[in-house]
Amino acid sequence: MITIDHVSRSYGDVRALDDVSIQVGRGEIFGVVGQSGAGKSTLLRLVNAIERPDSGSVVVDDVELSALQGRELRAARHRIGMVFQHFNLVGNRTAAQNVEFALEAVGRTRGDRKREARDMLDLVGLAHRADAYPSELSGGQRQRVGIARALASKPDVLLSDEATSALDPETTRQILALVQRLSADLGLTVLLITHEMEVVKQICDGAALLESGRVVEQGPLLDLVNTPGSRLAHDLFPLGEAPDLPGFGILDLTFAGGEAERPTIALLARDLGLDVSILGATIETIGGQQAGRTRLAIPGGGEATAQAVTFLAERGVRAEAVSSR
Amino acid sequence: MIDVTDPAFWPDFLEVLGKGTLETLWMTSVAMLITIVIGLPLGILLVGTEEGGFLGASTRRGRILNQVLGFIVNLGRSVPFIVLMIALIPFTRWLVGSFIGTGPAIVPLTVVAIPFFARVVEIAVKEVDAGLFETADSLGATRWQLVRRVVLPQALPSIVLGVATTATSIINFSAMVGVVGGGGLGNVALTYGLHRYSWAHIIAVIVILFVLVQLIQWGCNALARRLDRSRGRSRALPAHRPPDPAAV
Repeated sequence: MITIDHVSRSYGDVRALDDVSIQVGRGEIFGVVGQSGAGKSTLLRLVNAIERPDSGSVVVDDVELSALQGRELRAARHRIGMVFQHFNLVGNRTAAQNVEFALEAVGRTRGDRKREARDMLDLVGLAHRADAYPSELSGGQRQRVGIARALASKPDVLLSDEATSALDPETTRQILALVQRLSADLGLTVLLITHEMEVVKQICDGAALLESGRVVEQGPLLDLVNTPGSRLAHDLFPLGEAPDLPGFGILDLTFAGGEAERPTIALLARDLGLDVSILGATIETIGGQQAGRTRLAIPGGGEATAQAVTFLAERGVRAEAVSSR
Repeated sequence: MIDVTDPAFWPDFLEVLGKGTLETLWMTSVAMLITIVIGLPLGILLVGTEEGGFLGASTRRGRILNQVLGFIVNLGRSVPFIVLMIALIPFTRWLVGSFIGTGPAIVPLTVVAIPFFARVVEIAVKEVDAGLFETADSLGATRWQLVRRVVLPQALPSIVLGVATTATSIINFSAMVGVVGGGGLGNVALTYGLHRYSWAHIIAVIVILFVLVQLIQWGCNALARRLDRSRGRSRALPAHRPPDPAAV
């Protein structure tokens, strides 16, 4: 659905994006994470051609965007909705009027605009606040209006620019649940940028980590979790700094898919006769499957640790020795 | 000399002031109207065609247009009104056939007010959050839709306040056109106050002008407040609002 192919973009001497390639399949929710200044914003704005690449191409639904101008560009943008961190609603116009603006851009008649705007607000659960001005709405409600506006033209793609970063955790969860529901109901492909791992964990099917304009790693979330040394997996399931325990080896176990349900650690303790201590653990449901990481302390140093790693590997659990050397 | 005890004084006094006030109102409103019609688009063009402006000014055409407009506006604003008025006499005569009287006075009043108002509009439009331009782009809106549905509604409260300032300036300048036979309250002050030493007329003119300006300012303030929804109106809010720290 979205194919970003070897794209680079510089501002003066600063390389905002450096040979970035990302593919997002139809109906997928894909998250791009990274620190501020990593190039996320620029990347997102390539997809609706608010930014243009210096080289490479951006194709959305078989349309090469970087080549479009004027009327064709506007038509392409009607197929791509966008929501913003600060909502970007027109303050002196009501919720309904803000949505109607998007419909006017598509060329709907006045009567259709009114009716469809109500429908869109209904879709995001805000029909009762249609005549409210943005200043009379809460942050979550404002973002709902933003989503209604972005989806008013019935686009295939939704771009989300830190849409929940200005919201509190509970409202964030509600907005994400809404996006997930809409994506499923409307077959919407979602590309979102965020610096919050929680967002990725809650709704993304795939993710990419962007660092100084380069994609450091990317893929389906479950694959990432299973990738040795994955930075995204570490960030998704943080276990903190490894403690310094003399006489112990520290192991980080990553579970994904079926292994999470099996009593692997109990087997390890029993079969190898090791007095394993659990230092930390985190389990989440990703894409309907359990995934998580556990940090163990293995007594006896290097040899016992190596033995444990082999034992776990044979049972399909990836273990990494985090050095307390 | 004047004699306020003369029975003929008061009817004449009221008639003169009434006529002067109507003339001033007429000149001011027509000049203001034309000023808005020309100055508003001019101001929007001025901002929109700036480097990186929302009307796509990275183009050569935009840059040239911006420079030409900026030059005209600055030229109009830097010439003192009295000089402009005299300089415009041939133009006024060509346009309306004469340069004496209330009608012709509207020409220099408009010419002086347009650049002033264009700058007022420029400042108001610059206050519009740039994120909204990007949003309109993302929605595939045309420039016209952007101006009509985003720029104007957002800038309108400030523009309305600018109308008050501009109308006040026009009233001030309209008093000056009285010097060249432009009519209005300025002419009353000149012919009765200066030439016939009537303090009654001078004071009445001052009071009327003050009240006019006050009314305009008051009316525009009220309208601007109505149009500006960005701060919210506590009266319109529901009594129970869900606590939301992000809604600040």
